[in-house]
Amino acid sequence: VVATLKLATMAAAGGKPAVLLLRPVDAPFAAALRDRFRVLDLYAPGQALPALAFVAAAAAVPEPPRATVIWGGVRVDASFLDAAPSLRCVVSTAAGLDHIDLAECARRGVAVANSGEVYSTDVADYAVGLLLDVLRRVSASERYVRRGSWAAQGDYPLGSKLGGKRVGIIGLGNIGSRIAKRLEAFGCIIHYNSRKPKDSVSYKYFPNVHELAAESDVLVVACALNKATRHIVNKDVLEALGKDGVVVNIGRGANIDEAELVIALREGKIAGAGLDVFEHEPKVPAELFSMENVVLSRHVAVLTEESRSDLRAHTIGNLEAFFSGQPLLTPVHADSLAQ
Amino acid sequence: HFRFFFVTCGTDRRGSFQLSAMASAGGNPLVLPAVLHLRRSDADFTAALSERFRVLDFFSSGEPLPAFLAAAAAAPEPPRAAVVVGGGSVRVDASFLDAVPSLRCVLTTGAGIDHIDLAECARRGVAVANSGEVFSTDVADYAVGLLLDVLRRVSAAERYVRRGSWPVQGDYPLGSKLGGKRVGIIGLGNIGSRIARRLEAFGCIIHYNSRKPKDSISYKYFGNVHDLAAESDVLIVACALNKATRHIVDKDVLEALGKGGVVINIGRGANIDEAELVVALREGKIAGAGLDVFEHEPKVPAELFSMENVVLSRHVAVFTEESRSDLRAHTVGNLEAFFSGQPLLTPVDADSLVQ
Repeated sequence: VVATLKLATMAAAGGKPAVLLLRPVDAPFAAALRDRFRVLDLYAPGQALPALAFVAAAAAVPEPPRATVIWGGVRVDASFLDAAPSLRCVVSTAAGLDHIDLAECARRGVAVANSGEVYSTDVADYAVGLLLDVLRRVSASERYVRRGSWAAQGDYPLGSKLGGKRVGIIGLGNIGSRIAKRLEAFGCIIHYNSRKPKDSVSYKYFPNVHELAAESDVLVVACALNKATRHIVNKDVLEALGKDGVVVNIGRGANIDEAELVIALREGKIAGAGLDVFEHEPKVPAELFSMENVVLSRHVAVLTEESRSDLRAHTIGNLEAFFSGQPLLTPVHADSLAQ
Repeated sequence: HFRFFFVTCGTDRRGSFQLSAMASAGGNPLVLPAVLHLRRSDADFTAALSERFRVLDFFSSGEPLPAFLAAAAAAPEPPRAAVVVGGGSVRVDASFLDAVPSLRCVLTTGAGIDHIDLAECARRGVAVANSGEVFSTDVADYAVGLLLDVLRRVSAAERYVRRGSWPVQGDYPLGSKLGGKRVGIIGLGNIGSRIARRLEAFGCIIHYNSRKPKDSISYKYFGNVHDLAAESDVLIVACALNKATRHIVDKDVLEALGKGGVVINIGRGANIDEAELVVALREGKIAGAGLDVFEHEPKVPAELFSMENVVLSRHVAVFTEESRSDLRAHTVGNLEAFFSGQPLLTPVDADSLVQ
C-alpha cells in the first residue's frame, strides 16, 4: 500500500506528461526531468517495488507513461512491453542496444531512441588510452613504482611503438571512425571490417574478421553486440592475429570468446589485451589479475563529467521531441541492424 | 704493439670478430678506432659497436671512473670518441675532458643533454652529438598515454579491478573528456610538436611556450610559462633541462594552472619544483599529474603513492623495442661519420641552447 501511494504521489504532479524512469540518475538529471515531466522513478528514495512490479503499477496510474528512460540493465522485450502497454517510446541512455528487442518494438510501433553520439568521442579516447597503456605498459610501470620497486634490477620490459602498427577496427561507426582518426595521428595504419565497405574512407576493408586479424597487429572491437557479432573474436581470429597481436575491447564482453582469450593470453598466442568490458560483469577471469600484459577496467569508457551532462541534454531532447510530436533526435530503426 | 679491450657480450657475436669488419674501418685493419663506452648497453648495442670499433667499456672494467679514464688516455691509441648517457654516473665536464684529452667527439644516447657541459666542449673543440629524433615519437606517444591515463583514470580503474573491488558501491569517480581542453606545451621541439599533432586529433586546443615563437605553426604562443598555465587546462613539460628551465614549473605556475589543471612531465624531474607539486596535489590546488621523471630518481615522493589522481612511471618514455634498435643504428651512424671525417648526423651546437 505504501509503495503504490508513493507512485500515486509521483503520478499526481501537475499536468506534465508522465515518464517512466528506470535507471538511477544524478541530482542535476533528476531535477531537469522533474522540471518538464511527471517522473515515475524506480529509484526514488523510499520506492521499494521491484522493477517489473513498479512498471506494472506505473502502467495502472491515471494517464500512464507513454515514454520510458532506461539503461543497459533493463531488457526491453515482449514481456516488458506487455507489462506497460501505454509505452510508445523507449529512450535508452546506454551506448549499446543489445538489451532492446528492436524487432518487437517495431512490431508494436514503439519508437526507440539511443544515445546517439553522446559517448562516441569519450569511448574512442578511452580505446586509444587502453591501447597506449598495453603497448607502452603505463599501468604496469605504475604498479612497479607504487610497489616501491624502482631502482631496477635488470632489464625492464620494453614497450612497443605505435607508429607503423596495423590496427584492425571491427566496426567503423561513430566510435570506430573516431578511433581511426586518433590512431592515424600516431602513425598507425588503419584496417577495418564492417557489414559493408564505406566509400567515404580510404582505409583497407576486410570482408571478415579473420582476414582482418591476419593482416593486423592490433584488433579493436568497436561494434554493437547482436547475433552476428557474438564471439566475433574467437579462437580462430586470435590465432590469425598472432603472438605479437594485441586486442582492445570497448564494445561488449560477449563480442569476444572470453575463455579463448584467456587461453590465448596464458599460452602467449597473443601479446596482450586492453579490456573495458567482460562477458559476465562484474566478474573478471581471475587469471587475468596476475598478467602484466593486460589492462583491465570496469566498463568506464563512457564515464566523463562532460558526457554525463551531454547525456542529460540529449535524453531530455529526445523526450521533448517525442512528446511534442517531433521526430526523435536519434531514432533507431530495427532494420538498420542485423539482429 | 696494440692492446685489445674486447667486450664479452652475447654468445653469437664473440666469434664474429672478422677481418672484413676490421677492414671496413679503413687504415690498419687490425686496429679499429677506440671508443669509450660509458653506458649500460644491451648485448645487441655493444655487439654492433664492437663490430666496427675497439670498445673500451667502463661498466665491465670494474674500475672506478678516474682510473678507467686514465688507463684509456694512457693507451697508445687513446679514444677520440665517447658514448655516454644521462642519468647520473658520468658528467661530461671540464674534469672529464681533462682526464681524456684525446676526445674530440662525445655522443649521448639519451633524449636529454643536461649531463654535458656544452660550453666547455665547444671551448675545446669537442663535437657533441645527441640522439636526434630517435626517441621523439615514442616520448610523444607516452606523454599522450600519461595524459589519457590521468584524465580517464585508466590505471586507477586497473587498480580497482585487480583489487577485486568490482562491483562498485556508490558513484565511481568520473573521468574528464580530452576534447576541448587547452593543452599548454612547454617546449615545442621534436617531442612537443609531435605531442601537439596527436592531441589535435583528440580535439584539444594547443598552446605553447618556447624561447621564441615558431612562425610555421598556428598554435597560440605565450611568452612565459605563467601566462601559458593561466590559459591552459593541461601543462606538458617537453623541454630540455638547463639553467633557464630548472623549476620552470613552480608554485606560481601551479597556482596559475588552477584546481582543474593537470601536469604531465616527460622532460626532467627538475623542470618541476617537485616539493611544490606534491603540496599542490595534496591541497587540491591542481587536479592531477602524470609523471615519468622525478627530481631524485629513483626516489619518488612517498606521498604520491596514496593518490588516485596521479600516474607514476619509472622513466620509461623512451623504452620501446623499435627505438632501441633505432638508437643502435643512429649511434653507429654518428660514430662512423665522425671517424670518416663526415659531419655528425645530429650535432648539438652550444649556442643553440641556453645553458
